[in-house]
Amino acid sequence: MATTRNRTAKAAAEAREGDVGPAPNGAAGADLGLDAETLLRFYREMTLIRLFEEAAQRGFRQGKIGGYLHLYIGQEAVAVGFLHEYRTGDHVITAYRDHAHALLLGSTPREVMAELFGKGTGLVKGKGGSMHLFDVENGLYGGYGIVGGHIPLGVGMAYAQAYQQTGGVTQLYFGDGAIHNAAFHEAANLSGLWGRDGLNPCLFILENNQYGMGTSVERATAMTDLSAKFDSYAIEHEDVDGMDLFAVLECAKRTVARVRESGRPYAVEVQTYRLSPHGAADFLERYRSKDEIAEARKRDPINLLEARLLEADVADEATLTAIRDEVKAVVEDAVTFADESPEPPLEELATDVYADGAAS
Amino acid sequence: MPVMTYREALRSAMAEEMTRDESVVILGEDIGIYGGTHLVTDKLIDQFGPRRVIDTPIAEGGFTGAAIGMAMAGMRPIVEMMTWNFSFQAVDQIVQNAAKVRYFSGGQVTVPLVIRGPNGGGVQLSAQHTHSLENFYGHFPGLKVVSPVTPHDVKGMMIEAIRDPNPIIFLEAGALYGTKGEVPEGEFTVPFGKARVAREGTDVTLIAYGRQVNMLLKVADTLAADGVAAEVIDLRSIRPFDEQTIVESVRKTHRAVVVQEQWRWFSVGSEVAALIQEQAFDDLDAPVERVSGAEVPAPYARNLEVAAFPSEQQIVDAARRAMYRG
Repeated sequence: MATTRNRTAKAAAEAREGDVGPAPNGAAGADLGLDAETLLRFYREMTLIRLFEEAAQRGFRQGKIGGYLHLYIGQEAVAVGFLHEYRTGDHVITAYRDHAHALLLGSTPREVMAELFGKGTGLVKGKGGSMHLFDVENGLYGGYGIVGGHIPLGVGMAYAQAYQQTGGVTQLYFGDGAIHNAAFHEAANLSGLWGRDGLNPCLFILENNQYGMGTSVERATAMTDLSAKFDSYAIEHEDVDGMDLFAVLECAKRTVARVRESGRPYAVEVQTYRLSPHGAADFLERYRSKDEIAEARKRDPINLLEARLLEADVADEATLTAIRDEVKAVVEDAVTFADESPEPPLEELATDVYADGAAS
Repeated sequence: MPVMTYREALRSAMAEEMTRDESVVILGEDIGIYGGTHLVTDKLIDQFGPRRVIDTPIAEGGFTGAAIGMAMAGMRPIVEMMTWNFSFQAVDQIVQNAAKVRYFSGGQVTVPLVIRGPNGGGVQLSAQHTHSLENFYGHFPGLKVVSPVTPHDVKGMMIEAIRDPNPIIFLEAGALYGTKGEVPEGEFTVPFGKARVAREGTDVTLIAYGRQVNMLLKVADTLAADGVAAEVIDLRSIRPFDEQTIVESVRKTHRAVVVQEQWRWFSVGSEVAALIQEQAFDDLDAPVERVSGAEVPAPYARNLEVAAFPSEQQIVDAARRAMYRG
């Protein structure tokens, strides 16, 4: 299978133009046994992520958010689809584009936005910021800022789940930019090795948003079929259209179950597209054309979902507008909360360095 | 009291803790079937099986990172670095993840992890296989760094390390694996951050850690023949650091010599000297002397290697300078 495919988002968009897929009650949705309430929840979640990210971008431009800010705009269907399969006891670990994962796992918009604003009420008490969201109680183990560096951690967490016989799986998210890093290859090798003995229930979720910062997949590797790299480590894999929530949901349901039952790793390359700049400070985007982005917007995952919900009479415009308005209020409330929250107390500077409170 | 080698003391600490606590596992290169390059883990795989004594491919970044993930998920892994020289391959994992993840998670994550292996040189391994990394790892908040030199301490500090909820950099005196010493029966711990007065004296304080401590004890004999009573301090622990024992000793002797195998610039010895001038300036009768490795990559030829590391004569000379007897 390892043929080299043209992965430009433009080509993908051209191939799929006008294709919004089958209506949920006609095919995917019904096959997945999803009721209207669940479908509308997905719409709400995706809209929440989108509006949250847009608000964060405004906060960054107003100088209320410091450091780096990496937005998930365009990739919403990926986390929504896979985290729908999250069960208590599972672990989730990702890189720095992590706001959506936190929001979906149960962190409140208030505490996530407060973290971005550097406030003491933030998810990690103002100590990590955008790149380091953790909500361990809800399964989120970060939030990491070094490309590829968290991948070995995820593999080790999956080993622990098998060793402790918890029945849990690790959902390990990383971007296309990370797959060229030694950390990925060393970790994938261990995962395949340990998985042979049922000791690695790890689902690798490769979010191929087509660019590692500003370098496209084609400019980063001669072997652009990224998921085929898992063949080197005897980890089976497949691709999925990450702009189509129903495709992601179907894939997630099947692959998470497979990993959970087998204790073996599996990999999914999700073809997605970052509609926002790499970071909020990436204004120029010299590495891609406006045309390309415009093409990709035709398959904006939220628009695709909307079209299907309307087509299938799951909802009418008024229902969707009401959801958007409700979510907008939630996000506005989160911004207000973050804005008005106090900075972390200075005593927090030197806490959490050592687990036993030892002085550094 | 039973006598055992440094290697046996280390192994017994790990075996006892693995028996006591199922969450303790060991992973590293050739630690299982092969028995460990330095035989520290010899036969542990027979006792605990391959799920707990995990042979890894030669990929330090990968398996160190995986061990950090295991620790975050409730296990207590011990990573063997075949030698600390290979840990450069894993520095991103150790520094960027293990040391900091507790902090940037706002205290939500703990990393009870021990990374252990032989540190330092002296056996003609030349440039890439000879480093003393205590100052490097000691630089990073979030890590604890220890360097035991006796069989007693290596056992007590390994048990302490395994039970500690933080990532521990455990630097073994690789050249001393075969040395013997008394080790109490049963479990005991040696706390971190407490230096050991290896020999009491009143005239000059000699300070080191790791295998240089044994050299200082010989130097103290030489100085005694000259009528000089040297006090020898074994730091044991680089981070946390026992300031009190050093300062109290210098207040008594008024002179200090710091000895280290590593390079002088930005080193542990630099920190000790700075600490003494900060806290015991008025007690000093002479500048603090530093005896360090030569500022070159470690050479291969025996005579060159000997010249690259501190010698007993250099330390004696430094002590005499501090006594104004040079």
